[in-house]
Amino acid sequence: MKIRDRLREFKAGMAPTIRESRVMLLRIKKSPLSILGVSILIFFGLLAVLAPVLAPPPFKGQDPWRIPKDGWMPTPRPPGTAVTEPVMVKAGYTTHIFGTAQDQTDIFYGCIWGASLAFREGFQVVGVALIIGLVTGCLAGYYGGIIDELLMRFTDIIFAFPALILAMALVTALGKTLDNVMLALILVWWPSYTRVIRGEILRVKQEDYVEAAKAVGCSDLRVIVRHILPNAIYPVLIVASLDIGAVVLSVAALSFLGISGVPAGYADWGQMISYAQAWIAGGATLTKYWYVFTIPGIFIFTFVLGWNLLGDAFRDILDPTIRRR
Amino acid sequence: MSLTLRKFSMSTLIEVEELKKYFPITGGVFKRKTADVRAVDGVSIGIVKGECFGLVGESGCGKTTFGKTLIRLYKPTAGSIYFNIPTNVREEIQKLRNSSQDSSRLKKLRKQHDLSIFKGKKLKRLRRKMQIVYQDPTTSLNPRMLVKDIVGEPLKVQGLTRGAERRKRVLEILNKVGLTERHLYRYPHEFSGGQRQRIAIARALVVLPEFVVLDEPTSSVDVSVRAQLLNLFQDLRKDLGLTYMFVSHDLSVVECISDRVGVMYLGKVVELAPTMELYREPLHPYAQALFASIPIPDPTKRKRRAPLKGEVPSPINPPRGCRFSPRCEKAIDICRREEPRLIDVRNGHFVACHLIS
Amino acid sequence: MKNLLNIEDLKVNFYTYEGIVEAIDGVNLNLKEGETLGLVGETGCGKSVTSLSVLVLVPTPGKIESGKISFEKSEKESLNLLQQGESALRSIRGKDISMIFQEPRAYLNPVYTVQDQISEVLLHHSKKELTEKALEEIEKDLSKKSLKHFFYKLERKLYRKMLEKPNSLSLKILSKIPIVRRYERRLKKESKKEVVRILKEMKIADPQRVAEMYPHELSGGMAQRVVIAMALGCNPELLLADEPTTNLDVTVQAQILELIRELKGKFGSSVLYVTHDLGVVAELCDRVAVMYAGSVCELADVMDLFRRPLHPYTIALLESIPRPGKEFKTIEGEVPSLINPPKGCRFNPRCTKAMEICLKEKPRMIEVEKEHYVMCHLH
Repeated sequence: MKIRDRLREFKAGMAPTIRESRVMLLRIKKSPLSILGVSILIFFGLLAVLAPVLAPPPFKGQDPWRIPKDGWMPTPRPPGTAVTEPVMVKAGYTTHIFGTAQDQTDIFYGCIWGASLAFREGFQVVGVALIIGLVTGCLAGYYGGIIDELLMRFTDIIFAFPALILAMALVTALGKTLDNVMLALILVWWPSYTRVIRGEILRVKQEDYVEAAKAVGCSDLRVIVRHILPNAIYPVLIVASLDIGAVVLSVAALSFLGISGVPAGYADWGQMISYAQAWIAGGATLTKYWYVFTIPGIFIFTFVLGWNLLGDAFRDILDPTIRRR
Repeated sequence: MSLTLRKFSMSTLIEVEELKKYFPITGGVFKRKTADVRAVDGVSIGIVKGECFGLVGESGCGKTTFGKTLIRLYKPTAGSIYFNIPTNVREEIQKLRNSSQDSSRLKKLRKQHDLSIFKGKKLKRLRRKMQIVYQDPTTSLNPRMLVKDIVGEPLKVQGLTRGAERRKRVLEILNKVGLTERHLYRYPHEFSGGQRQRIAIARALVVLPEFVVLDEPTSSVDVSVRAQLLNLFQDLRKDLGLTYMFVSHDLSVVECISDRVGVMYLGKVVELAPTMELYREPLHPYAQALFASIPIPDPTKRKRRAPLKGEVPSPINPPRGCRFSPRCEKAIDICRREEPRLIDVRNGHFVACHLIS
Repeated sequence: MKNLLNIEDLKVNFYTYEGIVEAIDGVNLNLKEGETLGLVGETGCGKSVTSLSVLVLVPTPGKIESGKISFEKSEKESLNLLQQGESALRSIRGKDISMIFQEPRAYLNPVYTVQDQISEVLLHHSKKELTEKALEEIEKDLSKKSLKHFFYKLERKLYRKMLEKPNSLSLKILSKIPIVRRYERRLKKESKKEVVRILKEMKIADPQRVAEMYPHELSGGMAQRVVIAMALGCNPELLLADEPTTNLDVTVQAQILELIRELKGKFGSSVLYVTHDLGVVAELCDRVAVMYAGSVCELADVMDLFRRPLHPYTIALLESIPRPGKEFKTIEGEVPSLINPPKGCRFNPRCTKAMEICLKEKPRMIEVEKEHYVMCHLH
């Protein structure tokens, strides 16, 4: 086929997608909360991508997620204090915009670089858990019978595990790294996706077009992947987008308990709050050193809020058949 | 073999022998089988090549299940289906069945020709020859697939064409059902009901099957679209040399499009005859009541009273003897004891009733 | 014969995401006392919305824009239903005007028995009659010798009070106290008896057993009879039937049509029967209104309509009825989208006899012959 024909074919193929996206955008524009959610996430996305520009790592050769220290004083310094470390001044830092923590780690630097780490945590845990959940859910839902029974009972067993205890056990056994903690989270997270996708598959399985596909001679795999999944995936996507925020919160909680595997002084929002435990004790320190835990807290809060709003927006706009109402 | 085709044995396409399809009902703690829904309970008919065979009956009579079992969407519980087998093979099978000797030879023949026990690749190749058009075009098309993929998928799955050739075939069949190239890159929900049904028809016909089951294809569309679709079915039958089984509960539509009509009640065929003869003079009491119930669009011909009392019994526990006997006004003693068989009473007019035989 | 219901210039719009759907565009209908008026049309022509508008039950995003629906509630009173408040409408719905729908099981609450649901209608509208019957029963019990005389005397007092002041506060309070409210049992027993009586009228075999069933245990025909029982329980003057037999088998449909005919004679109600099946119309109706795309295009006596249809759409509809041996006649084109309806007469894109004026001006309804109205420029 000539290039021109191929181009025409491509444009024609893109037309329906463009039409659908246009309606989707219209829907987003109509709901202010969706716009807010999408804006928040775009903001954090930019933070993650532009981190090297907004907060350039002053100490070359070091892991950029290690927050640079400005001195050795044991108490935090409030926002607006000047930077004293010459290396940092050379890199372009003049004032600590959000102040420093007790180790003289710059809070501004930590929050900026924390964005990319939050994305990584969220996507990694949810992504792998989603894959495991989809495979088990599809098999259980489509084949039913004994396969369904076995898989669902296995899933129930996993469900019964308390995430925290499992995380602690795994971290103790395998070592205190972020990847091990994420592994523990994946292991307790996938059952919920299995349940959701299995329910949807049971519903979609009964539709006429699935039977029609079998009448044409489609193999089981093709029926599941091409016919059932694209129609069953929406609730799962909604849950997954909400979960990304939840993962970040869980890792923060684990950091607070000291088992997150993120070393101290690392640019992780949860770790930064955990680091500031001493100052949350109450009394004078609570109000005096508020910036040490409040500012990373605001970052976590806004990040999770953005994902929650996006999940709601997904629910309204994704399905092409229901949104025409 | 099936007695309904003694006259037409030259051009038989499909022969069905005592076809049964039961759906088990599980109950109790261990989900053991407690009973069966006897959707199709022993049907033996033959379908002539090139004809439009109408199958009517009320809800629960098993006509849709029969159509779907015929093309192996369900696996039959018992019985045989023979599709387009040569005359000599058929005669041999008949002889073997009657004599009930040499069962190993019968088994071998059945394995080769009996659709009801096909599996795997053989079954997949069979699907090329038998297709189905569903009642509701909104649910029978995948809402997330483009028209070109929906219609092209049968070709892809059956491995019949590739690339440009496939596109050509898809366009050809779309043109035949009255759609154009502009419609290729659209989703089903962008079309009206009548157009969606055309897409479904295109999907069924793109592999050029020999036999198509039409499962109430005009029930979910408007009256004005109905006539368009019926004309389309007629044209396509002539054009592509198809054989139809038109399943419907709408007796007036079936009257206009079918060559022969069978009436089903509770899983069995109670009467089978050429259309004009059946509609003019139904012999089975149920068929009589059924035809008398159709509201006639002529206010001068109003009915005085409803012809049939009571409701259709459940297919889980069909009545003993003739299934229609509890509601039949003319039932006699033997009707309650013995089930009547479908026999030819008059040149291709078959009835299953003790009163007639 | 006087008019029971008169719909004048009804306009209903639906405000959807894709635009404003002009579902009903000036409908003019009248229903005489004691007659059965058929409302025929294809899907989307607006016949269901018209019947819902009579009870002011048009679902959102629909809104009744303008028009007048006059209902002769009794000898002297004539109300404009579109101007009544909610409480007035609630007392009319179920009592003076009832409605039955297409899918009976969707309109029955699955967690209540048949008995409970029909009793609900009876207790809401016919409480007085039931209370009087209960009082009679109390008198009978008092005349017999029994240990429970004290309780019966108490019950008599309460029921007499119910008769005089049905909305009294003390009764309301008493009916909430757990053991004391047993006095209401008598009323419920009376309503149950009434339910069984009504079910018997519906030709349901073994009404006692059916009364205690749940909706999912009923077959389609049975469920439709229960719904009809609910609708006719209070002897309404007008029954609105929105395709009640479309989903039923043809033999069950024949039974239900016969039932409606009999009940009409017995109860004396008028019926507005909405359907798309011309056969049913010929069977059941006295007069027929044909609707297309939001307006009534022809209104006539049933014999006149079938013998001499005047509007091109009616003619085309009658011709498209499948007849054996002949080719299927179709109506060219499709039902137009009502978001941007055709200008002038809405049928002009599909009309074989369309003229210049049909594209510009919407025709008015005129009486061509006696009681035979058409909305077409040809006349």
